[in-house]
Amino acid sequence: MSDTHAHSVAFVRKTEIPPAPPPASQTGIVKWLRENLFATWANGLLTIAALYVIYLVLSVILPWLFGGVWNTSSLAECREVLQGRVGGCFSVLTERWPQLIYGFTYPTDQYWRPNVAFLFMLVAIAPVLFFDLPRKLLYFTAAFPFVAYWLIWGGSILVPIVAAVGIIAGYFVFDRLNKSSFAAGFFGAIATAFVIWYLGGFLIPEDQSGAMLSPVPSRDLGGFMLNMMLGLTCVSLSLPLGIALALGRQSDMPFIKWICVIFIEFVRGVPLITLLFVASVMLAYLFPPGTTTDLFLRVVIMITMFSSAYIAEVIRGGLAALPKGQYEGADSLGLDYPQAMRLIILPQALKISIPGIVNIAVGLFKDTTLVSVISMFDVLGMIRGPILASTEWNGVYWELLGFASLLFFVTCYGISQYSQWLERRLATDHR
Amino acid sequence: MSTETQNQLPDTGDLAAVDQSAMKVSNEVAISIQNMNKWYGSFHVLRDIDLTVYRGERIVICGPSGSGKSTLIRCINALEEHQKGLIEVDGTVLSSDLKNIDKIRSEVGMCFQHFNLFPHLTILENCTLAPIWVRKIPKKEAEETAMHFLEKVKIPEQADKYPGQLSGGQQQRVAIARSLCMKPRIMLFDEPTSALDPEMIKEVLDTMIELAQEGMTMLCVTHEMGFARQVANRVIFMDAGQIVEQNEPEAFFTNPQNDRTKLFLSQILGH
Repeated sequence: MSDTHAHSVAFVRKTEIPPAPPPASQTGIVKWLRENLFATWANGLLTIAALYVIYLVLSVILPWLFGGVWNTSSLAECREVLQGRVGGCFSVLTERWPQLIYGFTYPTDQYWRPNVAFLFMLVAIAPVLFFDLPRKLLYFTAAFPFVAYWLIWGGSILVPIVAAVGIIAGYFVFDRLNKSSFAAGFFGAIATAFVIWYLGGFLIPEDQSGAMLSPVPSRDLGGFMLNMMLGLTCVSLSLPLGIALALGRQSDMPFIKWICVIFIEFVRGVPLITLLFVASVMLAYLFPPGTTTDLFLRVVIMITMFSSAYIAEVIRGGLAALPKGQYEGADSLGLDYPQAMRLIILPQALKISIPGIVNIAVGLFKDTTLVSVISMFDVLGMIRGPILASTEWNGVYWELLGFASLLFFVTCYGISQYSQWLERRLATDHR
Repeated sequence: MSTETQNQLPDTGDLAAVDQSAMKVSNEVAISIQNMNKWYGSFHVLRDIDLTVYRGERIVICGPSGSGKSTLIRCINALEEHQKGLIEVDGTVLSSDLKNIDKIRSEVGMCFQHFNLFPHLTILENCTLAPIWVRKIPKKEAEETAMHFLEKVKIPEQADKYPGQLSGGQQQRVAIARSLCMKPRIMLFDEPTSALDPEMIKEVLDTMIELAQEGMTMLCVTHEMGFARQVANRVIFMDAGQIVEQNEPEAFFTNPQNDRTKLFLSQILGH
């Protein structure tokens, strides 16, 4: 064509050009290697150097990982079996597995209880995380905290029942009074719940030895189970509290606004570990004399306070990012404040805040290991204390800490992946 | 200023034809504003506004930017608070009581320059939200009403889409349908076509014309002088927070009295 074109513009094709494959150097793996790994001489050298470093690292880790020993009963036995070979002493994980998961004082014959609670937890959080699941499952979610409490702590079944009845009664009172005024409903509900809990307290027997599930005191909880319990409880409590604080900080009512601002600024300005020491030593002074408040509950209160202050600030960012028109659109239709917040503002603000909230949830979950400094035996407390201090396993650092890291990594990576799925799922703005 | 520009009537373009005589104005008062004043800090945005709107009226409010025309109609449904004077909507005096404000807002529809649709809800959900939650209408019935009004603004097929998937003109028509679903007795329009491309302005104005022909009481802040001439029964010109001039459209455009009105008209109609 090109030679005819010089003389004349007219052209008629006589033969069909058959389709041909592209040159080998322009497709598939060859092209990818050329473009990404060996684009220039310098790139090529860096690729080779990087491959060498990866080889060095793997050549140590892989034999250690796959040449490890899983069935001895002490570090000395491990060394005998290995005879100088490189290999991990993973026997500590198998031998101390129950301690790593449940702590060292949870009654051995009751391990099924936390296991069942764990399975229930998976079912209970499913409808919260995946809203395509049938909404009826949420009844199970609502019952889960009480069932799980009873399973893990045992004792009289009346304790969770009274707690649940108090909350249900409070809800009905709120529903009744809310029609006239929100404040009446709110405080009426709290008062009702407290009255029922107080009266219910007389029903609960002092002597719990005859209970269906033998009672387990909080100090006997431990291991990764403790981390999961603290993480789940604190995240699910601090999210609503954080929303309330964020809205309170935006309130027009000066009293509410200043309470929220002072709370947030104070709690954010104090290290978590300080709050935990307060929980373990000093919080008892704040409760009425003669009452002893459970250490687990005190720690939950402190971690929840801490993370709710952070979540409040993240949500405040989301609220600030919404255009003013959204508030006006809701107002102009006659929606009242709770409706506008619940239906229009919060769904959008929370969606914007997802990455920040997940960031805090992941951080909170990992921060539950800090309870080991106030002598609660979570998974890290177990490793640093009873396991490493024992004569059998003194000196097994890599295997134990690697295992703890793996547990946390798997959970946190899962949370992170879920949040990304959620963001994609909620993307309706088509930007 | 030449007399030629003063007497020029705005071009109505290819807007739908309107029979003004069919749109009846009753002598029942819809909105009554007496001696209303508003300040932003120490800045006096609205000064001694007196305005009575009768049921069935179509009022166009125009004026240079910053003249307070948007603020005026936003005061009517309490999106802005006035500091002095009286506003009475449908016989209810606007007070700072929240229940009173929510009641007035549910009777007065409003369309915004930037539509303010809710991006996390579908078109249908946008339209049914307020009837379900404010009017407590059953979901099914609210959806039927919503589809009726979406058909009226000619986009029933978009009901399951999200606002972000629609063009500006379609979004504004959804916003109109959303307001109509509350069965308001008064509609406020705050520059409904200012954020739209020229070809989309017509579809929105045609919807508004249709609404006017059904006897809706309308207050429109707009720069669409063709629409004003064709639909309005009264044009109000505002400047510096005051009502400077008001008249029937024909007289307003051909025979403006105040110098500022003349200047404004010559600027927007002169080209």
